[in-house]
Amino acid sequence: MAETAISHDHDASHGAHSSTGLSNNKLGMWMFLGSECLLFGGLISTYMLYKGRVNSGPQPNKIFDIPFTSVSSFVLLMSSLTMVLAVSAAQRKDERNMNLWLIITALLGATFVGGQVYEFTSFYREGLGFTTSLFGSSFYTLTGFHGVHVSVGIIMLMALVGMNRNNRIPGDRAEVVELIGLYWHFVDIVWIVIFTLVYLIPS
Amino acid sequence: MTIIERPTTEVAVAGGAPSGVKPSEALGVFKRPAASTSWRDWIVTVDHKKLGIMYGVSAFFFFLIGGVEALLIRLQLIAPNGKVLNADQYNQMFTMHATTMVFLFVMPMAAAFANYFVPLQIGARDVAFPRINAFGFWCFLFGGLFLNSSWFLGGGADGGWFMYAPNSSTLFSPSHGIDFWTVGLQITGIASLTGAINLIVTILNMRTKGMKMMRMPIFTWMVLVTQFLLLFAIPVITVALFLLTFQRSFGATFFDVASGADPLLWQHLFWIFGHPEVYIMILPSFGIVSEVIPVFSKKPLFGYPIVAMSGAAIGFVGWGVWAHHMFASGLGPVSVAVFSMSTMAIAVPTGVKIVNWVMTMWGGKLTFTIPMMFAIALIVQFTIGGLSGVTHAVAPADTQQTDTYYIVAHFHYVLFGGAVFGLFSGFYYWWPKMFRRQLNNAIGKWNFWLMVIGMNLTFGPMHILGLQGQPRRMQVWTEARAGEGFFNLGFWNRIASIGSFTLGTGVLLFLVNVVYTHKSKKVAIAPLDPWDARSLEWMTQSPPQEHNFDVLPTVSHLDEFFHRKYETDSSTHGVTQVRSAEEVMAELNAHPDEHIHMPSRSYWPILLASSLPVIGYGVIYNRTLMAVGAGLILLTMFGWAMEPSTSPDDDFDPPAPGEGGGHTKELSPLG
Amino acid sequence: MSTATEHVEHTDGHEAEHHGLSDKQYIYVALILAALTAIEVSTYYIDFGPFFMPTLFILMTVKFVTVVSYFMHLKFDNKLFTYLFYSGLILAICVYCGFLATFKFFLQKG
Ligand code: HEM
Ligand SMILES: [Cu+2]
Repeated sequence: MAETAISHDHDASHGAHSSTGLSNNKLGMWMFLGSECLLFGGLISTYMLYKGRVNSGPQPNKIFDIPFTSVSSFVLLMSSLTMVLAVSAAQRKDERNMNLWLIITALLGATFVGGQVYEFTSFYREGLGFTTSLFGSSFYTLTGFHGVHVSVGIIMLMALVGMNRNNRIPGDRAEVVELIGLYWHFVDIVWIVIFTLVYLIPS
Repeated sequence: MTIIERPTTEVAVAGGAPSGVKPSEALGVFKRPAASTSWRDWIVTVDHKKLGIMYGVSAFFFFLIGGVEALLIRLQLIAPNGKVLNADQYNQMFTMHATTMVFLFVMPMAAAFANYFVPLQIGARDVAFPRINAFGFWCFLFGGLFLNSSWFLGGGADGGWFMYAPNSSTLFSPSHGIDFWTVGLQITGIASLTGAINLIVTILNMRTKGMKMMRMPIFTWMVLVTQFLLLFAIPVITVALFLLTFQRSFGATFFDVASGADPLLWQHLFWIFGHPEVYIMILPSFGIVSEVIPVFSKKPLFGYPIVAMSGAAIGFVGWGVWAHHMFASGLGPVSVAVFSMSTMAIAVPTGVKIVNWVMTMWGGKLTFTIPMMFAIALIVQFTIGGLSGVTHAVAPADTQQTDTYYIVAHFHYVLFGGAVFGLFSGFYYWWPKMFRRQLNNAIGKWNFWLMVIGMNLTFGPMHILGLQGQPRRMQVWTEARAGEGFFNLGFWNRIASIGSFTLGTGVLLFLVNVVYTHKSKKVAIAPLDPWDARSLEWMTQSPPQEHNFDVLPTVSHLDEFFHRKYETDSSTHGVTQVRSAEEVMAELNAHPDEHIHMPSRSYWPILLASSLPVIGYGVIYNRTLMAVGAGLILLTMFGWAMEPSTSPDDDFDPPAPGEGGGHTKELSPLG
Repeated sequence: MSTATEHVEHTDGHEAEHHGLSDKQYIYVALILAALTAIEVSTYYIDFGPFFMPTLFILMTVKFVTVVSYFMHLKFDNKLFTYLFYSGLILAICVYCGFLATFKFFLQKG
C-alpha cells in the first residue's frame, strides 16, 4: 500500500498518469476481493458437500444455536455501518470521528470473533471436534478461515488508528481507510452468505 | 494464505510503533539500501527488469533439475527390467519432475518475460507495486527451494503431479514429501497471486499516453489474460492444498473414503485450477510467437483484434472444461457429455490463433532466424498436440487413452513443443534487448535442431506406446510382454529414451551458447534494433536504463516503433524506411523528462518472503517453529509498513549525471 | 474483462468519490439491512412452508448487493471495479455450482 505514496506524489507533481484515472491500490484491492470470492466459494462448496456426512458426533441442526449466531451476525453487520461512517469521516478529514468509528468497528469485530471463540468451545464441549466428522472438519475450516479474515481486519483497524496517531499513514489517508473498509465489508458479506447457507438452511 | 498488500502495512503497527518519530524522518529499521553494483543490489532491488532476470535465472535452474529428473525416468525405461530407480524413487521422480516443470519452470519463466517486457511494451517506467513484485519473486524462489529441500529430508512427493486421493494420504505416502509439496506450492501460489495483481494493475493503469488496450502488443495481451486466469485459479488450488494439509498434518479426513469423504472433491478442485493452469502455461508463449512471427515476416500480425480476443475467449472458456480430466472417474453421463462438448469448443479459439500466425507468414518476407525457427516449430508441434487433445475430448476415446502414454504424448507436445519452444523463441529474440549481445547463430541452429529432433523422437513414439496400452507412470517393462514387430514397445521406448538425451543435449547447447556469447571476445555488441522490430520495448537503449525510457513515448499506432521507422506509400501501398532506429530514438529523446522518481530499494520483500518457509518447516516438524515463523511475518510486515516506498531524502531526484541508480540522463541511445 | 477498460480510457478525472451517501443515509441502509436480517432469523421461528428457501436466498442476495453497492460504493464508483469484482463472484458461482451439480447436489434437495 505504501506504493500509493508514489503514484500519488507523481500524479500531483510530475504528471505521471494512470491510464484509467483510478488508483492502483483500489484496483488491486478489488481484484484481490474478486479472487477471494473463489477462495470462499471453494470452502463453502466443500462444506455444502460434506455437511450431511456425520459418521460420529452431533448433526448440524442439533448443534447450531441460531439465536446466538443471529446476534453475532447482527454485530458484524453493524460493524459495516460503523466502518462506512469512518470512511466518510476520513473523507471529510474529520479525524476525531474517523478514529472513533474505527475503534468502534474494531470492537464490534472483536465481539464477533469473541462470539465465534465461544461458539467453537461450546461445540467442542458438545462433542464436535475438528476431526470428529466431515461436517466438523469442513465447518471449522470454513468458519475458521472467515474468523482469521476478521481478525486480520481487526489488526489492520487498530494499526490504522495507531499509525494515524503518529501521523505515519503514507499517501492519501482517506484512501487507506477506504481500502481497509472494502476489505472489512467484504468479510461481512461473506458472513451474510455463510449465515444463510450454513446456519439458517438446515441440512 | 494469501498475503494481501493492505494488511501488511497495518499489522505492523499493532506490533507497537515506536512513538515520537517525526513524520519527516527516515523510517525503518535498516538504513535504506542505496543503489550499487554489487550483488547486494540484486537482493534489495525492486527494478522489474532485474527481477525479470532473477525469475529467468532461477526458473532455468529449476528447468535443469526437472530435466535431470526426466532423464533419469527415461534412463530407467531405456531397457527392459530397468534398475536405475526403484519403484518408490520412480514415483518421486515423475511427481517432482512434473511439479518442477510446471510450477518452477514454465510459470516463472513466463513471469520472467512478463516482468521484464510488459512495462517496456506499454511504455511504463515501472510496475504498479514494485516491492510486492520483489516479494513475489522471493516467494517463488523460496517456495521452490523449500519444495526441493524434501529430497534431503526423506524424499520428494510421490503421488503424481495431480496428487489424487488416496495416494496423497499418509497411509500410502508416509514420508514428508507430500507435505513439502502442499506447503511449497502454497508459497509459490502467493508469488503467482501477488504477481497477477501487480501485472494486471500495471497493464490496466500504467500505459503511456495513447497506448489504448487495442494498441498493446499481443504479448502484453496474453500476459493480461494469463494473469486473470492466475488471479482466479490460484485461490482454488489454495483451498485444495489447505484441505490436504489439514488432512495430512491435523487429522482431518477430507479425502478419506473410509470416513465417508468423496475423493472426487480433490479431483474437481485440482482441475478447476488445473485446466486454467494449462492456459497459464501456453498463453505467454503464444504471446511471444505473436511478436516474433510478424517481425520476421515483415508484416503486421494478421487479424490483431482476433488474436487478442481469441486469447480472452480461451481465458473464458478455459473455466468450463475442467472435468475432461475426469472422464474415467464416474462423473455420470450428463456431466461427461457437457464437458466433452465444451472441450471441443475450446479448440476453436486455439485454432483461430494458428490460422492467424499462418496468415501472417503467408506472402511475407520470411527470415529464418533462430527465434523464428522456434516460433514455427511451436506452431507445428502445438498443432499436433492440439489435435491429440481433441481426440481426448471425445469421451469414449478418452476412456481408452486416459492414463496411457498417449496422454503423456499429448501434453508434452503442447507443453514442451508449444510452451517451452515459445520461451526459447523469446530467449533468442529478446536476448540482445536484455544483454546487448546476440546469441550465436551457429550454436543456435544446433540448439534448435537438436531440440526439435529430440522432442519429436521422445514424444512422437509415445502416441504409439499409449495406443498400444502402455500405462503412464509405469516403472519397468519386460521384453516378454513388449509385443512384436512395428508395435514392439521395447523398440519405441528405446527410441523415446534416445530422443530424450538428444533433447537434453539441445538444451545444454543453449547454455553453451550463453556462455560463448558472454565470454568470447569475438561477439560484438548488438545493434540497437537487430531484428527491425515493431514494438515499444525496442525504442529505448539495450539494456534499458533503470527508468526504462528517457522520454515516455506517446503512442498513436499499433506497432508504434514500426510506424516511426516506416512510412506507407499511399499509391503503391509499399512501405519505405524513413528513419533508422537510432534516429527515432534521438528524436524521441531530444527533450528528456526530468524529475523521474523511481521506487527505492528495500530489504523487506526478501525478509518477509523468507519467513514463509519457516512456517512451512513448522507445519511439518514442529508447531513452535510455526509460531516463530508467524512472529517473523509480523515483524517483517512491521518493518515494511514503516518504510515509505520512496525514501524521504529522495536520492533519485533530481537526477545528477554520472551518479549511480538508473536515472542518469544518457542521451546516446546506445549508452 | 478487457473491453471494460476501453471506455474509461484516459478519463483524466479522479473517481467520483463524493457521490456516496450521507451519513444519515448510511444509517437508513443499515436499518434496512437490520430489518432484512430480522426476517431471515424469523424463518427459524415461523414456518414459511414452500417460501422458506426462496425467501432466504432472496434476502441473502439483497443484503449482499446492498452492502456491496452502498457501503462499498460500487454503485457510485468506476464501472471497472464492478467488472473486476463481479467477474470473480460470478465465475465462482458458476464454477462451484457446476462442481456441486456433478455430485447431483441439487437433485437430492429436490
Ligand atoms: C486444443 C486444445 C486442447 C484440448 C482439446 C485438450 C484436451 C485434453 C484432455 C481431454 C485431457 C485429459 C486426458 C486424460 O487425462 O484422459 C488433456 C490432458 C492434458 N492437457 Fe490438454 N488439451 C488441449 C490443450 C492443452 C494445452 C494448451 C496444454 C498446456 C499447455 C495442455 C496440457 C495438458 C496436460 C498437462 C494434460 C495432462 C494432465 C494429466 O496429467 O492428466 N492441453 N488435454
Ligand atoms: Cu484440461
